[in-house]
Amino acid sequence: MSDIVVKAEGVGKKYVIRHRGAYGYVALRDVLANSAGNALRRVTRRKRIGEDLSREEIWAVKDVSFELRDGDRLGLIGRNGAGKSTLLKILSRITEPSAGRVTLHGNVASLLEVGTGFHPELTGRENVYLNGTILGMRRAEISRKFDEIVAFAEVEKFLDTPVKRYSSGMYVRLAFAVAAHLEQDILLVDEVLAVGDAAFQKKCLTKMGAVAREGRTIVLVSHNLAAIEQLCTTAIWLDRGRMVDQGTANEVVERYNASFAPEATGSFETANVTGDGNVELLSYTVTNGDGNLLPLPVTGQDVLINVTVRVREAIQRPASGLSVWSPGGALLTSLNTDHLGQELEPMSAGEHTVTIRLSNIPYLPGPHRVDFWVSGPGGHLYAHVEDAITFEVGESALYGTTQVDRGFGCVFTKVQVSTSPAGMAPIPAEHRPGDSNGTAVELSQPAAHG
Amino acid sequence: MKREIVLEAGRGYRRYWRDMWDYRELFAFLAWRDISVRYRQTVIGVAWSLIQPLLTMIVFTIVFGRLANLPSGGAPYPILVFAALLPWQFFSNGLTACSNSLIQNANMISKIYFPRIALPASSIIVSFVDLLLAFVVLLVMMVIYQVWPTWRFVALVPLTVLAGAVALGSGLWFAALNVRYRDFRYLVPFVLQFGLFVSPVGFSSSIVPADFKLLYSLNPMVGVIDGFRWAILGQDADLYLPGFILSVILVTVILVTGVRYFRATERSFADVI
Repeated sequence: MSDIVVKAEGVGKKYVIRHRGAYGYVALRDVLANSAGNALRRVTRRKRIGEDLSREEIWAVKDVSFELRDGDRLGLIGRNGAGKSTLLKILSRITEPSAGRVTLHGNVASLLEVGTGFHPELTGRENVYLNGTILGMRRAEISRKFDEIVAFAEVEKFLDTPVKRYSSGMYVRLAFAVAAHLEQDILLVDEVLAVGDAAFQKKCLTKMGAVAREGRTIVLVSHNLAAIEQLCTTAIWLDRGRMVDQGTANEVVERYNASFAPEATGSFETANVTGDGNVELLSYTVTNGDGNLLPLPVTGQDVLINVTVRVREAIQRPASGLSVWSPGGALLTSLNTDHLGQELEPMSAGEHTVTIRLSNIPYLPGPHRVDFWVSGPGGHLYAHVEDAITFEVGESALYGTTQVDRGFGCVFTKVQVSTSPAGMAPIPAEHRPGDSNGTAVELSQPAAHG
Repeated sequence: MKREIVLEAGRGYRRYWRDMWDYRELFAFLAWRDISVRYRQTVIGVAWSLIQPLLTMIVFTIVFGRLANLPSGGAPYPILVFAALLPWQFFSNGLTACSNSLIQNANMISKIYFPRIALPASSIIVSFVDLLLAFVVLLVMMVIYQVWPTWRFVALVPLTVLAGAVALGSGLWFAALNVRYRDFRYLVPFVLQFGLFVSPVGFSSSIVPADFKLLYSLNPMVGVIDGFRWAILGQDADLYLPGFILSVILVTVILVTGVRYFRATERSFADVI
């Protein structure tokens, strides 16, 4: 029977947003002015007017409860601003909960950012010791693991160089390496897997997996749903600070994905729309290149997105754009008409349809989420909505053999693989397959039908 | 046995002091970082930390000793000034570094947990190292002016602790207030500039009329500086005991309230910094 290591009961975090003042902090001047004003009001018994306008309470996290036992790995998922990072900050004792209670058994190490406390003037060696100490390691412990850390980071040659001369890749590798060798019982990790190149990311994932197998308790925040599924046993899905779903990692990720399920037509939740309100987003349809809902568009075909909007005041030079997100949460495309050098017709007051055609989509099968916006000169936003539109890319035998599904990644690329005796490697090229001693296999796309 | 930590709204963390002990190496490492970074890419390096007190000493000796012709009670005027500059510089550098320590390391505070007091406390350690360097200069000057140490020299140890306590106590106040009200950033240099002339750095406190001595000792640095002179100059300086005791009491009050205020506000540092 394993013990409960982390127990959260009704945890909440409230922030008070002051709408006055351009800075996040308060100047003493304002406080003095306010207290003087309040004193005056108290004397004159005038009612405070506008108090509610200047203060707004926001619950970044509310009513979150869960228990973790030895060796549990919890993934926190949700959109930006769902409260994942705030929850992690509470667990790591950086900030205090405003409500509820957290009980932690054991030492906690948190990794909300790689390289916290790194000093650019110090050498790699010095920073390993400094950063390790900040993360809660003992000097002797760092010395014991020093070689391992350096080997993991692959910076042996530059140990005595100030880190300000490091490339960003080296910097990040060293910083992660220190953190990866922590021995605390509870490890809290925020999105740090998103750093470094692909090879290093993979190394990090492997290392995290190894850490997990040692039976330590991990809480991981990531937008990389694949990493969550791979590393975590359980998951919690947060939305606007509240727990929407809780269960095994695979189930929660699946349901989270399903929440973006393809709806070929739909309307927008006004709460999710930002902008100055001049443009109201009414509804949308997503179809294949022929304008039909079915069959689903497949890789290499076109997707048509129609958004119906209502314009209040005429816009002389409208611009519009979109971002396309992969099923795993990676940004695949982000473009607007300014980037394309394209000018849209002026929009008069009234209803309009914005049509976007994505040609020869390189995306592989799965639900894709789309952010959409209508803007004006200088990037002024009339309306902007995230994750509001979804389209599904259908499965197809893309490479001419087996049915290509989500396991094949998120973008289509032509790939050629060949073998040859060492020393005389030919460059695989589309038009000279198999002209060497070796065999070449060419993988390419069947002609886009449709 | 694994330790248990309970996090709850408004609840002070009970193992605060034990936690600080667990993080003791962090204090040293942060101080070491600041010291070792400070003189990188400088030509004369450590000499910078000696130039300031030496020049101040020369100017004060000329202005107060020669031009104003203030009494030194028999001691060489340069030694009289330098004996006061030791604790004053310690206090002044310590307070400045302390009050800026939190906002300068804002990123660390918002990204990781550690006892927040490690930042201001380690900046006092940095100033202490400067004090030690200046102390070596004092020893050299004592040889030159043939001023020989007496048994009173031993008192420098508790007196240094006292000076450190003034710096830390007021530094904690300013550091915590600085997080919320950036105004204090501008207040500290002003207080220090003012304090340099109000405190008996360039002159002996013996010139203060007897009726005002106790009142004058309300400045805690008066007790500290007089103590340093008493310990260094031997027979040539005497200590006004009631004033010194008053200073010690005030220092204790500043330190205790400073730590309390710091602890009361540190839980919200990450939210407001």
